[in-house]
Amino acid sequence: MKIQEADAKSLLAAQGLPVPPWAVARTASDARASAERFFASGADKVVIKAQVLVGGRGKAGGVKLASDAAEAEQVATAILGMDISGITVRKVLVAPAADIVREVYLACVLDRGARRVLFMGAAQGGVEIEALAAEDEEAITYIHAHPHLGLLDYQARLLSFELGLEAHLKEAVAIAKGLYATMIANDADLVEVNPLAIVRERGADGSSVELLQCLDAKVTLDDSALHRHPGLEELRDLDEEDPVDIEARQQGISFIRLEGDIGCMVNGAGLAMATMDLVKRAGGQPANFLDIGGGARADKVAAAMRLILADPSVRAILVNIFGGIARGDEVARGLVEARAQQSRSVPMVVRIVGTNAELAAEIMSASGGIELATSLDDAVERAVAASRREPAST
Amino acid sequence: MSILVGRDTRLLVQGITGREGAFHAQQMQAYGTNIVAGVTPGKGGQTALDGSVPVFDSCWRAIQETQADTSVIYVPAAGAPDAILEAVGAGIRTIFCITEHIPALDMLRVMPVVEAAGARLIGPNCPGATSPGRAKVGIIPGSIHREGNVGLVSRSGTLTYEVVLALTEAGIGQSTCVGIGGDPVIGSTFIDILELFRDDPETEALVLMGEIGGNAEESAARWKAEHLRDTPMVAFIAGRTAPPGRRMGHAGAIISGGSGSAADKIAALEGAGIRVADAPSEIPRLLMEAGVRPA
Repeated sequence: MKIQEADAKSLLAAQGLPVPPWAVARTASDARASAERFFASGADKVVIKAQVLVGGRGKAGGVKLASDAAEAEQVATAILGMDISGITVRKVLVAPAADIVREVYLACVLDRGARRVLFMGAAQGGVEIEALAAEDEEAITYIHAHPHLGLLDYQARLLSFELGLEAHLKEAVAIAKGLYATMIANDADLVEVNPLAIVRERGADGSSVELLQCLDAKVTLDDSALHRHPGLEELRDLDEEDPVDIEARQQGISFIRLEGDIGCMVNGAGLAMATMDLVKRAGGQPANFLDIGGGARADKVAAAMRLILADPSVRAILVNIFGGIARGDEVARGLVEARAQQSRSVPMVVRIVGTNAELAAEIMSASGGIELATSLDDAVERAVAASRREPAST
Repeated sequence: MSILVGRDTRLLVQGITGREGAFHAQQMQAYGTNIVAGVTPGKGGQTALDGSVPVFDSCWRAIQETQADTSVIYVPAAGAPDAILEAVGAGIRTIFCITEHIPALDMLRVMPVVEAAGARLIGPNCPGATSPGRAKVGIIPGSIHREGNVGLVSRSGTLTYEVVLALTEAGIGQSTCVGIGGDPVIGSTFIDILELFRDDPETEALVLMGEIGGNAEESAARWKAEHLRDTPMVAFIAGRTAPPGRRMGHAGAIISGGSGSAADKIAALEGAGIRVADAPSEIPRLLMEAGVRPA
C-alpha cells in the first residue's frame, strides 16, 4: 500500500528521525492559515506540495514556493484540483521552505533476489534514483542490512561517508538506522528519504547552524502485513481509490480496470495475466485484470461478477478457472447465482477445469445461459466473438 | 527418478486438521503420496484421513515416530513462518509452504535459518510439486499429469496447471512439475530447481513458466546458457499486455522502472537459446520441434 508523504513523515518522526514541521490542508484557506503559522514562527518562505500517490508531481507543477500568506493561498488554489497523472489533487502539504546547503538520497528497500533489506545512498539527492542509476551506476552505494542484526553501525557509517556526510556523522548514522527501524516497525517494502538535506537554520543566539533533515518521505507498506498494524490501515487514501477498487479489496479480489470490453474472471495472477494476453492475441480487448484468489467460494464469485458488470463497457465475460485450491463446483454455483441476479444480459463464456470440474459442468448446463468452453484457447475465441456480437435486444 | 518428491517421500502435513490441509491431504493420499504424519499443535493423539495418519503436537514427535523427511505447510499466514522454522528445527530438509500472504519481512528473517540448516524451502505461496505416478505434494490437481521426461518449473500456480494439462493432452509426460511461488521472497529460485533437474537423468527437456516483474527469468536464462546448454527448453512469460506500474495480484508481478517487462525477459530467454511460446497451448509443439517425443 502506498501512503502519502505527510503520513510517511509521521512514521519517520515516530522513529525519532528529524522531519521539519508540516501541515496538511484540504482547502486553500486552510493552507493559508498553516502558512501564516509558519511565517509567524520565522519562516521566510513556505513550500506547498500536492499530496498524490503518483510520481512526477514536481514536473507537473504540484510543488511551489510562497513568500507570504496571500501567495500561499494562491498557490494552494492552483494546486488543489490539479490533475496529476489522472489523479485529482485533494490536499496539499504546507511546510517552511528549508535553506538547503546540499541534498543526498537515502532509502532502504526490500531486495527480493538477495532476500535482504537493501540500503541505497547517493551523494546527489533530489533526483529520481532510477534516472541516476541509469546515468551513473557508480553514483549509488548499496549495502545489505543483516536480516537478524539489522543495519550495523559500521554499515551506517560507511553509508554516511559515501554520502559525504562526515561533518554530520552522528546524525547520519542515526538517520540510516532510523530508516531501518521505520521499515521494521511498519512492515514497509520501501522507506525513501529524497532529499535528505543539510539545511541551514538560525540557532537560538541568531547564529547559523547546519543540520540534517528529511525533507521528503516515501513509504510503501507490505499489504500482507497490514493486519498486524491496525493503525496503518487508516493511512489508506480512499480519495485516490475507485469505489470498485475498494469493494474488490474488501472481497479479497485483485482487480484492475482496463480499457477493453471483455470482462475477465480468473483464479491465479499468472493465469489471469496469461488469459488477458491471449484475449489481446485473439484480437479482443480485456476490460480488466481480475484474480479471484485461492479457494474461490460462491459469494466471492458473485462479488467478482458485480465488479465486472459495474463497468458499462463490458460486452462479454470470460471466466477461466483452473481448480486446485478453488473447487469448480463452488465457482459454478457462484456463477449461476450471479447470473440470476445480473442486472443486464451479457454473454458469459466459462471454462472450468481441475478439481470438481465435472460437477461444475453439470451445475452450469442445468442453469442455461452460460456458454461452456472446452479449452482456454476455445474460451478466448468464443469470448472475443461474443464481444463483437450485437447485444441481444430484451 | 524425479526431483524433490517421489516414491520414497515420507510426508508430514503441517496443518492437517484445517480446512485446506484436510482437503489436500486427502487428495495427496489418493494420488499415492506416502503421508506418514500430520501436525497440529494441541491435536496430538488424534488421527486424520480416516484413521490412516497419526496427528502429533509437534514436528519433533512426528519425526521421532514416523521418520517423516518432507513437510508441506497449510498453516495460515500468521503461523506459517513459525511452522517453517519448526520443521527446519526438527530436522526436515525439504519443506513446501503453500500458505499465501506471509509478510515479506517474516520471510527475510526465516530464510537465514533455513539456509544455515541446509534445508530447502519451496514457496511460500506456491502450489507444490508433483512427480507424476509417484507423489504429489501441495495443491496441484493430480489428474492433469502424465508420467514422462519433461521437467517444469513455474512462478505461477494455476498457470502451471494450464501448461501441465496442455503437455499431458499432447502426450508429453512430466518428470516433476514444481511451482516456486509468486511472492517477493521465496525459498527456492528457478536456478535452484534447474540445478536439481540438471542432475536428474530422467529429465530430458525443460519448461520454464515466468511472469513479469523482478529478474528471475533473466538470471535463469543466463544460467541455462552456461550450465544446461544441450537440454531443450521452452518458456512462457505471462503479462505481455499488462499495463506498467500496476501490481497484478502477485506481489512479484509488477513492472517498474523499465525492468521486469515481458519484452526484456523474452529477449533474455531467446538470447539463451530458449524458445518462448506465445500461448500455453503452443508449448507442446515447441517441445516437439526441439526433439521431445510424445508417448
